[in-house]
Amino acid sequence: MAKTMNFPTYSSEEGKKHARNIVAIWFVVAVIADLIVWFVYGPHMPPGTMTDQARGAQFDIKVVSVMAVPVLLFLWTFGFYAVAKFRGGKDRAEGYYIKGNVKTQAAWYIITASLVLFLAGFGTYELVLPAGAGGGEGPSPIWRPSTNKLLQVQVIAQQWRFTYRWPQFGGMETTSINLPINTEIQFNVTSLDVIHDFWAYQLGVKADANPDSNNVAFAKTLETGRFTVRCDELCGIWHGAMFNYGHVVSQSQFLSWAQSMEAQNASVTKLLPKYATTYTPSYLGAGGGYYPAGDPNGTLN
Amino acid sequence: MPRRGVSLSKGARAGIVLISFAAAIGLILFGIFGYLRSSPDVVTATQSTSQPNTVNLVMQVDGAVGVGAHPNWVGYWVQDANGVWHQTTLVKVPVNTNVHVTVYEYDSGGALRNPEWAKVSGVSGGQVNLNGTEDAIVNPNSPGNGIAHTFVIPGLNVTVPLYGVNGSVKNFCQTGPCNLSEAHTTTSFAFFSGSSVHSYHWQCFVPCGLGYLEGNGGPMQSLGNMAGFFEVVK
Amino acid sequence: MAIDMSQTTGVGRGGSSEGGGLKKGPKLNAFTGVLVGALGYLFGHWMGNAIAGGYQQVVGSGQNDTAILLGFIFGTIGFFLGLGILNYPLQKMTGIEPPTDEPEQAQGMMKYFRYTLDNKVVGIQYLFGMLVYFFTAGLLAMAIRTQLLSPTNHIWGPATYLEVVGEHGTMMMMMMTSVVMGPFGNFLVPLMIGSKRVAFPRLEAAAFWFTPAAYIILLSALWQGGFQSGWTGYAPLSIQQGVGQDAYLFSFGLLGFSMICSALNMTATIINYRAPGMRWSRLPMLAWGMITVAFTMLLSVPVLIVGLYVMALDRSAQTSMLYAGHGGSSFLWENLFWFFGHPEVYLLALPGFGVVTEILPVFARKPLFAYKTSVAGMIGVAVLSFFVWQHHLFQSGMNPDMRPLFMLTTELISIPTGFLYLVGMGTMWRSRMRFDVPMLFVMAVFFNFLFGGITGVYVSDVPINVTVHGSYFVMAHFHYTIMGQLMFSVMAAIYYYTPLYFGIKLSEKLGKIHFWTMFIAFNSTFLPLFALGLLGMPRRVFEYAQRLQHLNQWVSVSAFILGLSLAFFAVTFVWQLAVSKPKSPPNPWESRGLEWQVGYPVPHGNFAKIPVILAGPYEYGDPNALPVAELSAVGAHSASVSGGDE
Repeated sequence: MAKTMNFPTYSSEEGKKHARNIVAIWFVVAVIADLIVWFVYGPHMPPGTMTDQARGAQFDIKVVSVMAVPVLLFLWTFGFYAVAKFRGGKDRAEGYYIKGNVKTQAAWYIITASLVLFLAGFGTYELVLPAGAGGGEGPSPIWRPSTNKLLQVQVIAQQWRFTYRWPQFGGMETTSINLPINTEIQFNVTSLDVIHDFWAYQLGVKADANPDSNNVAFAKTLETGRFTVRCDELCGIWHGAMFNYGHVVSQSQFLSWAQSMEAQNASVTKLLPKYATTYTPSYLGAGGGYYPAGDPNGTLN
Repeated sequence: MPRRGVSLSKGARAGIVLISFAAAIGLILFGIFGYLRSSPDVVTATQSTSQPNTVNLVMQVDGAVGVGAHPNWVGYWVQDANGVWHQTTLVKVPVNTNVHVTVYEYDSGGALRNPEWAKVSGVSGGQVNLNGTEDAIVNPNSPGNGIAHTFVIPGLNVTVPLYGVNGSVKNFCQTGPCNLSEAHTTTSFAFFSGSSVHSYHWQCFVPCGLGYLEGNGGPMQSLGNMAGFFEVVK
Repeated sequence: MAIDMSQTTGVGRGGSSEGGGLKKGPKLNAFTGVLVGALGYLFGHWMGNAIAGGYQQVVGSGQNDTAILLGFIFGTIGFFLGLGILNYPLQKMTGIEPPTDEPEQAQGMMKYFRYTLDNKVVGIQYLFGMLVYFFTAGLLAMAIRTQLLSPTNHIWGPATYLEVVGEHGTMMMMMMTSVVMGPFGNFLVPLMIGSKRVAFPRLEAAAFWFTPAAYIILLSALWQGGFQSGWTGYAPLSIQQGVGQDAYLFSFGLLGFSMICSALNMTATIINYRAPGMRWSRLPMLAWGMITVAFTMLLSVPVLIVGLYVMALDRSAQTSMLYAGHGGSSFLWENLFWFFGHPEVYLLALPGFGVVTEILPVFARKPLFAYKTSVAGMIGVAVLSFFVWQHHLFQSGMNPDMRPLFMLTTELISIPTGFLYLVGMGTMWRSRMRFDVPMLFVMAVFFNFLFGGITGVYVSDVPINVTVHGSYFVMAHFHYTIMGQLMFSVMAAIYYYTPLYFGIKLSEKLGKIHFWTMFIAFNSTFLPLFALGLLGMPRRVFEYAQRLQHLNQWVSVSAFILGLSLAFFAVTFVWQLAVSKPKSPPNPWESRGLEWQVGYPVPHGNFAKIPVILAGPYEYGDPNALPVAELSAVGAHSASVSGGDE
């Protein structure tokens, strides 16, 4: 049956040579690549350095990258080497009859498992340390900043705009956001209708805005500058237009801004409902709801 | 090999395949131009005859537009230079121009979900003229009237609450375009179109999509009803 | 649909050796199905109006979800009645003993438009169905990229844009779950395991006929105002939407039923219908891929169907289970959806691994390296896929203390997926690779999936997830795993199996043009999306920051080239199948696989006699290997075991 088939003999010495070549090429390339990743790209990795949380995330991206790039390069080196060296020719020869190799397999399991377990451990450490890493932690956060001196900023998402309430400034509501530098900030994120997501890119903060639920995220500002706020959870037609810009400014600038806003807004602040962590739409007399005016929650309508 | 069924010549098969390709392309083009590219009319604001650098825009908001696929949805009508009403929310205005807007509100109102939107902002003088009086805040809790809709262009920071018609009036407009003999409120204001060419989206912050959860479905998410663009052009 | 039907021109000359006249009873086919389905829709719509016409929200919005949903339900039942799918169960239930012999197979093209019990016909129905669905959704992707050429100008309106995004995502995610199991699993698994039939041919055939119904209903959403909730359909946005959302939930549900039918048949077939000697340790990798996928489907899809049912009730009867304030919670949908949704992404990935590990040894001329590790990898991915779903919800504000756990389980998935790289590398090691077109696609799968896998580690790391969640980074990540892995695998399988399916060997030259354009354009499209995501571009936006315009334009142009490459494939594929018909020798790849040993055309009933399996399918390189099976040659063109008259 095998009259057209060609079964060459394979020496194990040759195999060792291939293995040495691959490892040598990979090692050189991986070291160079890692140095570039850490020192050249590292300082420019998102989300920047504006807050403690952003710095933590940037550090994380750097660490994961220096671990991921050698893995990628190892597989590439192997792949390109294999394509170049392990080609079938016109002789239509058959390959080397091996169905497994205990040492190689065991090494692979151990290396991948250790990498993965290290990354999970490292990720957990980085999550806990800068107070939840800027992610939304729900109504009762378990990773908090060590201080209790927090600037409270409530983010109210609604179709299709963010507004901000400042309980420490008379409960005023604004459409713009400014933050003081060197301050621990507690964002209380909620929604008046569908799910939105408060993504302050440069602050390294992201938290879903859920109706009837408070989602807390922390950030400590370290640099002044402009940041972008975007909605990051699909919320309907104007999702793509639901963004605004905020600024981290000096503490005195922030104070004068907040106080002037408080004064300007005094007349409309009176109309606002009492500050709360969540607002149920029908309490506020929303029009066009599902429920009739006789609904226990919809009495204002 | 036994062949069953109809056996066609190669030319015939090629013909069938080519016709099918043509039909597929035709279907795709129909999908694009017949459906995906369809949009409401675009109305250009009218140049003011009395003031330089100023355009006039006359709009009305109806409780039910009365026509089209969704006659009972709320929606805007915009008047063009010839006085014809178009059911649209797409408006063209020039850059560096004061846009004088007059809105006739034919819908009834209520309390606001977020009372923040009761505050006027981004308009010349910081106040709007509501039925002849200047206001910086329109009371959303006024009995019987409330706020029917809000005219908001977030990109230009313009917010104008539109006072509702009293719910107990007899001459409610049922179908658009409404005329001035029917119950309405009139709000006029001016805003500056800014110095850059841009398409600013505008919307309403009163959940006025009746029958949709939280009121923000249907007309609130449809161009031509309560969602639109201010195209600022050269 | 015109292109769909014409594609089978000239292809329909499969191997039924039986002639004979039709028996009594009407000739039911897709056209009678559509007719009865349309009547069913009208009846359901009328009934919905009669029931719910006076509901407050129906009067207010002028849209009646109940009528649309009942229309879909009765329309689908009508379609199935009109196709004759319900004859057998109805006869059984009413005590009439249905005829036990197989229904008469139609001849020529027509058999592809009928309900059939032949697994090979179902496979080909699926193949063309899936290509139509894939190309439809692909065209929608072109529409998305057209919009994103400019950060501010609007080719489509913002609502239309989101409808297109939702249609693209839903069509791809729901239909492509069956893109391997449908065309390849159904056709090949019985051949691979040495069975004359599948366990549940009626379920298998019904599984296919769910898909055109789902396709038409999903597309109909565009004419109903669409749905702007994306394929994830997060409540309460999905409850707020117009009637287009009903098309979303109903078609997705139908596809769920299709997956369950398909999976039941697949598990039962693989477990019970293996030929003597087909031990688990000899089971071909594609069959392993199919059984792991089928189990995953059986356990995850019911959760989706329940979730969609809840959504349907919330939308039509205001049960308020998925939104806050009246006893429900928006978190409920997120959990139900992702409890299905994450296994689902492995429903898409595992069949790709099955295809790749099946084809790789043939072209490497080597046994599959570490067969057991490869199987363990598939099972590991399938099992772990049920324990990771909350990683989609890291920023959602639900139980933060679960985050380390879900981070761990998610990263653990890298271990079994890493197995597959070990298997791939081990198989390539000192092989004699032949770079025919199917092999090129297999190599591309390893290349592409590497990006998908490695970026998966970034996405699963909670602190990095804060930045990349919901951004184009995630979008690029899953396009690498699905398009880069699954669709490239499917292309490999199409090029590899056309000789067996149609007796046609697709042109190597055209295939290589297709491969290189698709491979380069694919990477050129999706690699920059990682950067866009890291630079702060959220998903599903119709406008974006000016500074990202150049990258987006690059991506759009690459995407158009990718589209052209796929169009090139479609044209050359159809042309070669229907017009030029380049004839293939039997078993042109010299495969040891049992499926290649029966010859073309695959005989009705697959094997004259149940074969006895003697060896595993991947014993390449061993001069003393036994033939894979002992089987009495049937069909004029059956190949010898070692594959071939060169």
